[in-house]
Amino acid sequence: MTGLKRAFLNLIQYPSAVAGLVIILLLVALAVYTLISLPYSEAVRLWRGADNVWLENPRNAVPAWYNLFPRVNVPVTTVVDSRDHPEAVRVEELGGGVQDVQVSLPFEFPYDGFPKEVTVFLTADFQRQRPNLDLSWHTPDGRSIRLSTVIPGHTETYRVSQDARLLRQLRTRNVERGLFGDPGAEHAVPAQGTYELLVEGLTFEEGSSFSARLVVYGQAHGLAGTDHRRRDLVVALMWGTPLALAFGFLAAMGSSITTMFIAAFGVWYGRWLDGLIQRITETNMILPVLPILIMIGTMYSRSIWYILGAVIALSIFSAGIKTYRAMFLQVKEAPYIEAARAYGASNTRIVVRYMVPKIIPVLIPGFVVLIPSFVFLEATLALLGLGDPILPTWGKVLNDANANGALHNGHYYWVLLPAFLLMLTGLGFSMVGFALDRIFNPRLRGI
Amino acid sequence: MRSMEMNGTEMMQAKTKKRWSDSTWARVGLYTLTRLTALFFTVVVAIYLTILIANMGGAMDDIRTSMIRENISMAMSMDPEMRQLSSGERNVMIQDAIRIEIARLGLDQPFPLRSVRYLSNALLLDLGRAEYLTSDAGSRQVKLIILERLPPTLLLFATSNLLLFFITLFAALFLSRRYGSTLDKIVVALAPTSAAPSWFYGIFLILVFAGIWGVLPFGGMVGAPPPPTTWAYSLSVLRHLILPVMALTLAALFLQIYSWRTFFLIYSSEDYVEMAKAKGLSSSAIERRYILRPTLPTILTSFTLGLITMWMGGVVTETIFNWPGLGSLIYAAATMPDTPVVVGSVVIYAYLLAASVFVLDIMYAVVDPRVKVGGGSRS
Repeated sequence: MTGLKRAFLNLIQYPSAVAGLVIILLLVALAVYTLISLPYSEAVRLWRGADNVWLENPRNAVPAWYNLFPRVNVPVTTVVDSRDHPEAVRVEELGGGVQDVQVSLPFEFPYDGFPKEVTVFLTADFQRQRPNLDLSWHTPDGRSIRLSTVIPGHTETYRVSQDARLLRQLRTRNVERGLFGDPGAEHAVPAQGTYELLVEGLTFEEGSSFSARLVVYGQAHGLAGTDHRRRDLVVALMWGTPLALAFGFLAAMGSSITTMFIAAFGVWYGRWLDGLIQRITETNMILPVLPILIMIGTMYSRSIWYILGAVIALSIFSAGIKTYRAMFLQVKEAPYIEAARAYGASNTRIVVRYMVPKIIPVLIPGFVVLIPSFVFLEATLALLGLGDPILPTWGKVLNDANANGALHNGHYYWVLLPAFLLMLTGLGFSMVGFALDRIFNPRLRGI
Repeated sequence: MRSMEMNGTEMMQAKTKKRWSDSTWARVGLYTLTRLTALFFTVVVAIYLTILIANMGGAMDDIRTSMIRENISMAMSMDPEMRQLSSGERNVMIQDAIRIEIARLGLDQPFPLRSVRYLSNALLLDLGRAEYLTSDAGSRQVKLIILERLPPTLLLFATSNLLLFFITLFAALFLSRRYGSTLDKIVVALAPTSAAPSWFYGIFLILVFAGIWGVLPFGGMVGAPPPPTTWAYSLSVLRHLILPVMALTLAALFLQIYSWRTFFLIYSSEDYVEMAKAKGLSSSAIERRYILRPTLPTILTSFTLGLITMWMGGVVTETIFNWPGLGSLIYAAATMPDTPVVVGSVVIYAYLLAASVFVLDIMYAVVDPRVKVGGGSRS
């Protein structure tokens, strides 16, 4: 215990190690928070986009904090629902069960950019006769644009942005420019002010009614933006944290501990066992790790835990075994091992209780540096399209971004955020690892 | 480590020099032979394992057999001449054709037997024909496919490895002289950046140079359409080469400088270096004779192994940069999966690796005076 404490006191002498420790702690805190606030099943459901959970998110929106930069003022999503504004609905009885219903959905638009899409979600209540709705658009400068006539079913979606007839009528490049554009301006800029969507409807039955929900999709959304399938990237970035840490830690743990024990037993028993281990290691060094993992991912399973097993299996007999072997060869000759043998300790006892603990300090820096390399290995596999099929990871976000040309299309946030988290993980662990190396490796002390 | 083993045997040999000196050449031969046998054994096992994995332990054959069955049934039932036959006759013909095709591909033999045949073919460098992939020239021969992808990979990795090797070596020598300076501290602080692999830096470089500034291409090896003149063509290749080389170099740069620098520092605190300094030798002479000379074996190892890893290419880096090299070939082959291409590239890699390990063993004896396989000269 005192040894560990001394090591820790030594460690916090290095500013980079302190920074690394802080990063690791933050990541662990984020991982714990994620596990508590967003349960596994919920994360999987959200990432699959079940039940249209992302319906009201814009596609490929930048993070909302982009607006904090000077001279950036892009729209965020605005939602106006007639059910939340009873005062917006005016009903006039026309007799014979026919009602004239006017729904007015006004909203502020104080932004410098055009919205991504405009959609009206309609619901209607009727027995046999559908209501008849006329939609019109009123701009701040007083123009009014007729959108369309909709005869809705019980639920109806009117995608204003995809209305080809409206686009022909507007004679602009896209519908948003026609609806939001400032007609006086030289370039296409949106006119700011209060817009209004007016839904004038006739209902033909007693008790028949309808509601309208206007969604003006913004260009910015949430903390991390959205992807091409409207999914909020926060889910993937948050869930990527525990997955990356768990993958890196388990893989590093599994491979380095097994490697150490195999090396220890090989050295202790020597002869054919040692030779066999050496030959297996050399064979393993020839095996191409990445292609084999790719084949396993393509042919067997892409589950992150299956891949984890394969990664550990392939890295047990790595070059590290030779390093450990060299150390154990020295330890084996130490007098206290002789003493242990003299008092009659069993072979297993000597290896487990006397030889292994001796080199654990040397193992720790390597272990810490190994963690990010496995985190990046997972990201590499995900980037190649071999990510876990259901779980969101950082690498899968990068893969989606790459596959959808994020860099070509200027969706930089999509690449930068997961990359930032990956880099943070890599830096955190390797900064601590480098400092540990200098503490535990006497040859480096003072250098 | 291998050198250490040899050092160990070497010391023992030195002690028993008298007794053995007569059979020096016999021992050199014996050593070479054992080494070669061991290396060959590892190559065989590694290739056999690859064959097993790439064939899913034989399960790939079911897929192949069903594909043959489906293709032949489809082709025969579409054939107008076959339509005139009764369904019974047609069925017999289809079954015959399937049997012949399966026998032609040797799929009627049990997998263990066939895997041995695959192994011997692979070891004899009879790489066979690809299942799905073709070379750009249209050939199905694995050898031609690999040969076609080799030059781009060699170009990319030779450039970046040489660049990396010389930059890191000289930067490390420079820093080890200026140990503790601000520059030294910066490099040490930057060393952890190598935790990220090269594709990671590739993404950033593409983002900055191709996405934001638009000065360099996003990927590929040559502009489209390819420039007609050789001069313009090579210029275009050069432009496409910059980003991937930068990514590969940047990813390893600081860590390598750091580790070389540490390595040189350890060696420059040796007594004989102090002695040389005391004698008043120039720093370049000290570097050349007293620091570089004893560290030569390590430098050589790292350089040679760096050259060998080139063969596998950077699977991800090449994919990210759309570079038509071996790495992206292996990726394509492993995802298809095109077993012969995967096995073919692994075979060549294994041979190259084994050969260079062997050459390295010999080279140690040349550059390191402490290692003399022959147990010293007879004089």
